[in-house]
Amino acid sequence: MSRIAGCFADLAARGRTALIPFVTAGDPDLATTVPLMHAMVAAGADLIELGVPFSDPMADGPVIQRASERALAHHTRLRDVLDMVRKFRERDAATPVILMGYLNPIEILGYAAFAAQASAAGVDGILVVDAPPEESGELVTSLRQAGIDLVYLLAPTSDEARIRTIGAVASGFVYYVSVKGVTGAGHLDLADVDAKLAEIRRLIPLPVGVGFGIKDAETAARVARMADAVIVGSAIVGRIEALTMKPEHIPAAIGDFLAGLRAAIDGADRA
Amino acid sequence: MAINHAEAGSEAQGQTQSAAQSGAQAKVQSVTQSEDQTAAPSEAYHWPDARGHFGPYGGLFVPETLMRPLDELTRAYARYLQDPDFLAELDADLRDYVGRPSPIYHAERWSRELGGAQIFLKREDLNHTGAHKVNNTIGQALLAKRMGKTRIIAETGAGQHGVASATVAARLGLECVVYMGEIDVARQEANVYRMRLLGAQVVAVKSGSRTLKDALNEAMRDWVTNVDNTFYIIGTVAGPHPYPAMVRDFQAVIGREARAQMLERLGRLPDALVACVGGGSNAIGLFYPFLEDAGVELIGVEAAGEGLASGHHAAPLCAGRPGVLHGSRTYLMEDSDGQIIETHSISAGLDYPGVGPEHAWLKDSGRARYVAVTDEEALAAFHTLTRTEGIIPALESSHALAQVAKLAPTLRKDQAILVNLSGRGDKDMHTVAAREGLTL
Repeated sequence: MSRIAGCFADLAARGRTALIPFVTAGDPDLATTVPLMHAMVAAGADLIELGVPFSDPMADGPVIQRASERALAHHTRLRDVLDMVRKFRERDAATPVILMGYLNPIEILGYAAFAAQASAAGVDGILVVDAPPEESGELVTSLRQAGIDLVYLLAPTSDEARIRTIGAVASGFVYYVSVKGVTGAGHLDLADVDAKLAEIRRLIPLPVGVGFGIKDAETAARVARMADAVIVGSAIVGRIEALTMKPEHIPAAIGDFLAGLRAAIDGADRA
Repeated sequence: MAINHAEAGSEAQGQTQSAAQSGAQAKVQSVTQSEDQTAAPSEAYHWPDARGHFGPYGGLFVPETLMRPLDELTRAYARYLQDPDFLAELDADLRDYVGRPSPIYHAERWSRELGGAQIFLKREDLNHTGAHKVNNTIGQALLAKRMGKTRIIAETGAGQHGVASATVAARLGLECVVYMGEIDVARQEANVYRMRLLGAQVVAVKSGSRTLKDALNEAMRDWVTNVDNTFYIIGTVAGPHPYPAMVRDFQAVIGREARAQMLERLGRLPDALVACVGGGSNAIGLFYPFLEDAGVELIGVEAAGEGLASGHHAAPLCAGRPGVLHGSRTYLMEDSDGQIIETHSISAGLDYPGVGPEHAWLKDSGRARYVAVTDEEALAAFHTLTRTEGIIPALESSHALAQVAKLAPTLRKDQAILVNLSGRGDKDMHTVAAREGLTL
């Protein structure tokens, strides 16, 4: 069983919803990311999504675009991101780490080389925003051979046929994008999300995480009542941005914010 | 929109593969050689495949939210391509609104000065709005209307595609939002004003390098967010399937007309076609109806900027490598970590780090050849055509002209080059004046 599957099985056994924070690797600098990852785990994160910076993040809103630009300003490369995961693993062998990004930095490295390096670094899953199943056959093969889960997005526009297509290749969990829009977009309609999750669960036997538009503890709690995982990105990255000049304060500040989300999610799980 | 090869007759059949195999060595040759029936039989050019691939290039590299809308677009496009009413409306608009067919002009004085092949200009600069861009926006806007979309979005670099989109949106009464990099907004003020006059909202994009590629990112973000009522008119043969094929088909009117016009004028096909390549829509539009005419050499001209060796250029086919950007796999300008790098060209319309995937395939297959000319060479050609023929070309088209100036003297006087004069130079007055230290 993969580290991601094991993590969700354990949470399910305890009746808990996963909290998955997203941060961009190398934002605001290379030194902050690993201490931040540990602080997030201490505050109640169950899995971590680590964004790989890309020059042209076409699915991201302004907050995560700016995080990518900050990380690229001091040349955070894919190999630096893998080094961060390797360093994180020195102290944390349990928390699954998922890399989230765009295909081109992986493409230029080569799928097989990337899969081998990511696996050696301790990466558990990959989410490539611009590689739908139709275009990721070779990538799937390479990652499977390396024991890495390939996490896919599902969207409000995904119909039954597409949900089945994705279900046939996804592993670990699937990520439901709760709004039509980019990361950090407006408010999600919880009734719509609930209905779509029911359809996804009927067609895909994997845990379902929900993200895009979860900005506060109240929304996190409400999403926790329907999803297996609550994914929070822009709300965290926005707080990192506010502390760019004081990076030493970032791990504690993000830890406090996540602790609030954790308490709200736990409250929802007990209800 | 079915590509009409009627004029070609049977002699053009079966030539594509042999052309691809002979590849880069293919020399400019007369059309009589291309009629050689001894060439091995081969299948007709059939790209892209059903999923939008041109060999290893093209495809659908987009976020999940766009997969269904792109599928709907692919199906709608396939349907209207067969719809006589749609095609009749498109033809009528191209005739009455755009002013087609555009003429072929024999640049006799320039040909004489160069002392080689006869040079013919396909006058896309005479179209309504001053460039080839409108051929495509007319087609996509009619499609948007048939699909019940009420809002048009577009990206633009130099502003020509933005103007062409705002123009058709005004005519059809559709809301129009144009995304344009902040740097391009500053250097193309006149076109920004034209778009606003036409009723479009121009959004200055402040992310990334603040040029065309970032405008395309922002338009994609808008589309993901407003996908229910919005039609995204991509301005070139880039982006995810079906855009590269669809934009090609709308622009192929250039090559269909030119092919018939050259046959009527010369009784044969030209020996070479030359067109500038940024995203590559005017080049594909000209080349496509000639792909199976093996005797016609196809030459795409990229922007070498300050020179390929300087690194300051926009020539992914000549000096880049394959990767994935903006929904398709193609040649890109990228660094060793797969980050897209900033490009440079004096011509805003060529200042783009990618290129249409079909050009990537035509390059690899050898059917077309790609070269690059510098800012200086393009400027020289700009002045030459202006003074010699009384035609002020766009800086984009001036890149093609610069290649013609190199090619023509190497050919005989009874040979012919057809160059796509894709746009007029009025928009470039400020840029050219600034190079000469003048402020207008």
